[in-house]
Amino acid sequence: MEYLDFELPIKELQEQYEKACAIGEESDVDVSNTCKQIEKKLSDTKKDIYKNLTPWQRVQLSRHPNRPYTMDYINAICGDSFLELHGDRGFKDDKAMVGGLGKIGDQSYMFVGQQKGYNTKTRQYRNFGMANPEGYRKALRLMKSAEKFNVPVVCLIDTPGAFPGIEAEERGQGEAIARNILEMTRLKVPIIVVIIGEGASGGALGIGVGDRVLMLENTWYSVISPESCSSILWRSWEFKEQAADALKLTATDMKKQKLIDLIVKEPIGGAHANREKTFTTVATAIEKEYATLKDLSPKDLVESRMEKYFNMGVYKG
Amino acid sequence: MIKNIEIQLNEEDMAWFKRTKKGIQTATEDKKDVPKGLWYKSPTGKVVDAEELERNYYVSPEDGYHVRIGSKEYFEILFDDNKFKELDANLTSKDPLKFVDKKKYTDRLEAAQKKTGLKDAVRTAVGKSMGNDLVIACMDFSFIGGSMGSVVGEKIARAADYALKNNTPFLLISKSGGARMMEAALSLMQLAKTSAKLAQLADAGIPYISLCTDPTTGGTTASFAMLGDINISEPGALIGFAGPRVVKDTTGKDLPDGFQSAEFVLEHGFLDFISHRKDMKRKINLYLDLVLNQPLREKTA
Repeated sequence: MEYLDFELPIKELQEQYEKACAIGEESDVDVSNTCKQIEKKLSDTKKDIYKNLTPWQRVQLSRHPNRPYTMDYINAICGDSFLELHGDRGFKDDKAMVGGLGKIGDQSYMFVGQQKGYNTKTRQYRNFGMANPEGYRKALRLMKSAEKFNVPVVCLIDTPGAFPGIEAEERGQGEAIARNILEMTRLKVPIIVVIIGEGASGGALGIGVGDRVLMLENTWYSVISPESCSSILWRSWEFKEQAADALKLTATDMKKQKLIDLIVKEPIGGAHANREKTFTTVATAIEKEYATLKDLSPKDLVESRMEKYFNMGVYKG
Repeated sequence: MIKNIEIQLNEEDMAWFKRTKKGIQTATEDKKDVPKGLWYKSPTGKVVDAEELERNYYVSPEDGYHVRIGSKEYFEILFDDNKFKELDANLTSKDPLKFVDKKKYTDRLEAAQKKTGLKDAVRTAVGKSMGNDLVIACMDFSFIGGSMGSVVGEKIARAADYALKNNTPFLLISKSGGARMMEAALSLMQLAKTSAKLAQLADAGIPYISLCTDPTTGGTTASFAMLGDINISEPGALIGFAGPRVVKDTTGKDLPDGFQSAEFVLEHGFLDFISHRKDMKRKINLYLDLVLNQPLREKTA
């Protein structure tokens, strides 16, 4: 288990608790009272810390190395029914963008999402969850295929951004994302989007236009990462905490601004603290949202989706 | 006793072990592509018992080499209990161009028919796969390199049409060197004919699966082989438009390792997945259950 800086009090108590229990097991000393006391203190501390997370702390949690990634969700939710599909039919199979068909209960869904790696080797293999144009084109191909067969789409978003590379520009990173956004506004099947980690700008929105956009509690979604924002506006990387505050990038703030539809609760300590519970919560949320969309005609579905986006923006006069 | 036998041998008996006629006597058309022996030797040199090979879906168990097989074997693998109804079984090629190369096209056709027992380079059929109807068109490489002429194009179009009329998913197993030169532009236009039929199938929302097997090259990749709702393949299959020899000769460059292998093609975004032959039936039907949003059938292939 890895701990973030603000989680250190939890780490200390956890270690104390384990030590005390070990003494109890190894000797005849009765430590059950001590253990209980520490356990209570641990639970109080956790509640206290996680109840009052700052935006920056949530950003840290959204990037926690133990946090579940897209394929973890898909495998847990769909089990054996998941069939991964590859390729953009044009250039490459982008490993930073995954997709395929799977079932939740009796219903088939087309899943797409960015995939991060869990160690140095796989992080490189997945390009840190930063998709190239071919990744967005693969996602669009799968979404169009889902539309053809009237299968709803689920997008799981977790990216520090679309890949800013020379070749990505040559192949039209902007065009690829733009095309996805346009096609997703008028796709004739329900689209449910879930931000499961980082939702960085166009890289996220490129698979992020949907009838329902859900954010897990400890994720962020904005036009830029707090670090980059700090570097541009403060001319220094040091002001990421302030930038995180200023950007209003947390689930709560995004909901307040009516830019997302729903916040999905995470277990105390974050999604990674109880992965199974997180998976179940997300699966249930997807099923629940789909139930509200499945009976809409394609026309009504697209109209109300477009209407939602027409209403975004704040202005005077 | 020994002396006795020696006396009985005469010239005619001697011919049994003494070669009287020089050279190879077997006509080319009588030669077999795959020797029907007890053993099969894979390209990496692994030797496998022929019966074991058959039980293992014609995949060499030690090195996973997928031996080239034809429609007979694929139907056996994919249709339940090898039960199916063949479609348009009697369509055969004509020779509209009176084409002659080293041989007359008509002679070539006749020889191929005699050698393979097939009418042309594709067989189409409908049957149950894991309990549900499936139309399969499967090419036979042994028939003039699985080349696509008017008969192949027409049979594929008619099979797709059958799928369309009966609302049945369509699986096309490509195994071809490309278009049939002896039918020239008639052959070329089969690319358009088959693609048009697939467009109708797509508009009707009927799933079309393209299984690219070793080899899928030339005109097949420039038409139906690359047009599946999913394109899938077997390990190590050669898939490409221009064959590796042509590319090498034209560019004068050494080809990268694994050039045009199924794995290479997957990496470059043109395949959805590669599956071992033994899992093929299950995976095809899993895809169909998922995309048609129907209950998953038992996972027994």
